[in-house]
Amino acid sequence: MSFITGVGLTSFGKHEGSSSLDLMSKAAQAALDDAGVKRSDIDGILCGYSTVSPHIMLATVFAEHFGIRPAYAHAVQVGGATGLAMTMLAHHLVEAGVARHVLIVAGENRLTGQSRDASIQALAQVGHPDYEVPLGPTIPAYYGLVATRYMHEYGVTEQDLAEFAVLMRKHACTHSGAQFHDPITVADVMASKPVAMPLKLLDCCPVSDGGAALVISRERTGEAGVRIRGCAQAHTHQHVTAAPALSELGAEISIARAKQATGLAISDVRYAAIYDSFTITLAMLLEDLGLAGRGEAAARVRSGHFSRDGAMPLNTHGGLLSYGHCGVGGAMAHLVEAHLQMTGRAADRQVRDASIALLHGDGGVLSSHVSMFLEQVR
Amino acid sequence: MSERLADWTKGEQAIIFQTCAACGHVQYFHRAFCVACGASEPRAQRASGKGRVYATSLVCRAATSETRAHVPYNILLVDCAEGFRMMAHGENDLAIGDSVVASFKPFAGKLVPFFAKSK
Repeated sequence: MSFITGVGLTSFGKHEGSSSLDLMSKAAQAALDDAGVKRSDIDGILCGYSTVSPHIMLATVFAEHFGIRPAYAHAVQVGGATGLAMTMLAHHLVEAGVARHVLIVAGENRLTGQSRDASIQALAQVGHPDYEVPLGPTIPAYYGLVATRYMHEYGVTEQDLAEFAVLMRKHACTHSGAQFHDPITVADVMASKPVAMPLKLLDCCPVSDGGAALVISRERTGEAGVRIRGCAQAHTHQHVTAAPALSELGAEISIARAKQATGLAISDVRYAAIYDSFTITLAMLLEDLGLAGRGEAAARVRSGHFSRDGAMPLNTHGGLLSYGHCGVGGAMAHLVEAHLQMTGRAADRQVRDASIALLHGDGGVLSSHVSMFLEQVR
Repeated sequence: MSERLADWTKGEQAIIFQTCAACGHVQYFHRAFCVACGASEPRAQRASGKGRVYATSLVCRAATSETRAHVPYNILLVDCAEGFRMMAHGENDLAIGDSVVASFKPFAGKLVPFFAKSK
């Protein structure tokens, strides 16, 4: 068994003067404090990457900086799926007896540490260097391609996609750490600047500074019990040019494997934490995972299904779209929020029941997928 | 090993694909082997340049000064007649399902495939 025993999250937005290591340290300290463990208790470290301060050995750079001499340490890189992939690995490491307490940490000064162009340019390099990058695509363009096809096949509209941006903003308005607190409407999203059609500025997550960390342990360290029930991955391609048909994408494969690993069904899920780099990402993943029927996710947003008081509260912190996106730490905020919900500490955002949570992350252009079920243990 | 045919990624006005002699698999990204069965030296051929639009995204916000000079530009995924999918540029008003044919245009210092509606 493995438990998430502590979580740490900084606010997202501008952290002028903070380095990636500063943000990682801040989040890590918060997670250690939350778990009630000391640096010397941590015997495993997994970290993500920093596009602002790339390093071939970031985990040991961090371990030395933070003051830990772990028995197991390395970085993990699967784009936006990295946070959940690290959590999955930590789960297996503690179950196998390799480590007792694994610290998972990521943080980046992506907003103030480099220009927005540099950030967009760095991320566009996930494209094929010979066959895609020379065409000048951006990450929104890769997802824009997926979006036009999805809209074509399932009759989804730009207004439908806008609903997800509005919902995430509504949720962010209730979290003081979120990057954005101004409510928006579907009309605002529709009128926002075109980025890569059909995606407009408010369909896209922002670039943020921030950090997030978790402690995964073999046993509980306190009262709160959040157990990792099981998880699975799927990797179907890297480049969008080589992506399979929409009906064969990795989210459906990884959720099927995770359901099999846990014996759980979607009908057991009470809280959803789903990757939302763009509105289309969230719409597609909700439908691929079975949290909504094909082409029906937007209608479920409109009916309040995914709101705090709805049947399936979703990303109650505001998600990448409005809490913010600082790289690997971005999707780890989903994990932190799920933990707060499951331990009854989500303040004004608290949902009635978060006894079983489903988390899903996506890296690349729907290339790498990790699905995970968390369970509240009393 | 057979010589690699130059294509647009090497500055030639050509789209090249490979066919596996052993299993018949068609692939676009050049490799020394067939990605489906592993057989070596799939045969390289020049594509007709005919295809059908699979997806589009009109880029309005570019990230470099060279690409910014071209906005808006339409990025496409095209299903080519020979059975492979490729990324390219195309006319801004193309829609999914349109039959298209390739030519080549300069873009940010390179030559890139550019699709227009078949006449």
